[in-house]
Amino acid sequence: MIRVEALVTKYGRFRAVDGLSFTVAPGESVALWGPNGAGKTTIIRSLLGQVRCKGVIRIGGRDARRHGKSARRAVGYVPQELAFYDDFGALEALRFFARLKRAPADRAPVILDTVGLTGHGRKRIRELSGGMKQRLALALALLADPPLLILDEPTSNLDAEARASFLSLLQSLRADGKAILFSSHQVGEVQGLADRVLLLEAGKLRRVCNAEEFTDAAGVRCGVKLFLEQEQIAAAVEALTEAGYQARRNCTGVNVEAPSHEKALPIGVLASRGITVRDIEVLTEHTGVGVGQVGGEQ
Amino acid sequence: MTTSTTTTTTTTATTARASKAATPSLPMLSVRTIAALARKEVRESLRNRWFLFYTVAFTVLSLALSYVSLAGTGSVGFAGFGRTAAGLINLVLLIVPLMGLTIGAGSLSAEQENGTLAYLIAQPLGRIEVLLGKFLGLGLAMFASLAMGFGVCAGVIALRAGGGNASSFLGVLWMAMLLALAMLSVGVLISTLTRRAAVATGTAVFLWLTLVFLGDLGLMGGSVVFKLRVDELFHLSLINPLQVFKMSAIGSFDATLDVLGPAGLYAMRTYGDSLQAVLIAVLIGWSVVPLSVAALILHRKSIT
Repeated sequence: MIRVEALVTKYGRFRAVDGLSFTVAPGESVALWGPNGAGKTTIIRSLLGQVRCKGVIRIGGRDARRHGKSARRAVGYVPQELAFYDDFGALEALRFFARLKRAPADRAPVILDTVGLTGHGRKRIRELSGGMKQRLALALALLADPPLLILDEPTSNLDAEARASFLSLLQSLRADGKAILFSSHQVGEVQGLADRVLLLEAGKLRRVCNAEEFTDAAGVRCGVKLFLEQEQIAAAVEALTEAGYQARRNCTGVNVEAPSHEKALPIGVLASRGITVRDIEVLTEHTGVGVGQVGGEQ
Repeated sequence: MTTSTTTTTTTTATTARASKAATPSLPMLSVRTIAALARKEVRESLRNRWFLFYTVAFTVLSLALSYVSLAGTGSVGFAGFGRTAAGLINLVLLIVPLMGLTIGAGSLSAEQENGTLAYLIAQPLGRIEVLLGKFLGLGLAMFASLAMGFGVCAGVIALRAGGGNASSFLGVLWMAMLLALAMLSVGVLISTLTRRAAVATGTAVFLWLTLVFLGDLGLMGGSVVFKLRVDELFHLSLINPLQVFKMSAIGSFDATLDVLGPAGLYAMRTYGDSLQAVLIAVLIGWSVVPLSVAALILHRKSIT
């Protein structure tokens, strides 16, 4: 679906992308992962013809640098935040883009329904919430039913609920066979959506891994913060240590390191010892490609 | 599922050749796409408060001008078409360039500033289509604005003072539209040179001042200081599209151009009946050349 060879994109003398090569197969979902400045957005801009670059970019078999317009017919693009004419209505925007993309105009209400915006078609874009705007951006991307979706940190501006809902929408599109290339800062998003992950640093490709290997390869440590009764904290640390976990006491409970796909198991360990977990918080720490970035995922 | 480590990328000779050879080609233009973009621009213009302000200001001032123009002849009322057209030339010389330059300057720069241009060109569109759609839409909106100003004025005069030299009135309208396109084209060119709308608008206003005031002063000063011959004076005045409009508009209802003095007489003597065609061609050139340069810049520019 996408073939990139020796891609170089410069801003002045700065090489934002430096000799990058990768492919995305039809129906495959590939994540671009890396810290700020790794080149994720620049790669997407290069694919979409927004910035001038060197190298080979083929999308759907077409040379995207020489024949960008026809190559982009195979692409639906979702930006980080939809930048569009705010006084357009949602349905009006869909009809406008349907004309540009030569999609049937009667597809607009259908797509609005697909992304869960039925009933919001007459609202002006400025009246939509962040989550709704991203759904509208996805609807615009899906208008011409392209085989490939390119998304630039699509959930970075959404709250947890909107993010989960949007991710679920993308997962259903992936299940329908759409190829997806997306950049992300969210561990859960990459794990939930990607078949492969391209780990980037300073515009170069450092490593390619699959979703299971992602947290180790990217140096992402996952864990949970368990909120416990004060008198049970010491017993909890002991039980978790005996079970092989790295457990660290804090003033409200314990922090436990756990594989990203087994974060709930420590709760089971404590439950088997009769220790009640009052609340949990999922913790994520990037120590590899995203060196020094520490964040939390709610 | 396997893990692979990539530290360097081997570039084949084929890739290197392709990499060097690949330059963006000009895509086939789609009339349908350009029309869709133009429709959007017209719609946006009708909601643009500056555009509405210009339209209302032009209409009100042209009505006021036509009312006042008869005062000089000793009575108060609406002048005939010819006299009003003559008065409108000065109004057009002030308002239309300002309108075209500022609206054109704000077109692409504002869209680049708020990210909508980057989103548009990420769609299956050509950049030239975006430019042409924008130019066409804004041009149509300006036509509508001018037609409203001239039309309301003509309607009122026809009702109050009867018909008259309507063809010269229409001639001035067409020249004003050509001037509007020329100024819009220069404005769009300014718009491609900066991504900040405020800078583009500031540049457009400065250029307007230069063309309206410094252009005349420069010609007068230059003719005195450098003792310019009349043919040099005439050809220098062709550099300023406002002067070209003035000559062609005056020529549309005063075939002799003697009101312009020796330069006008020289132009009539040298170009004869083809003078109007030459002036129209110069105005068309002022529309086509800046727009073509803008297209070239936009085609090669990174838009983020």
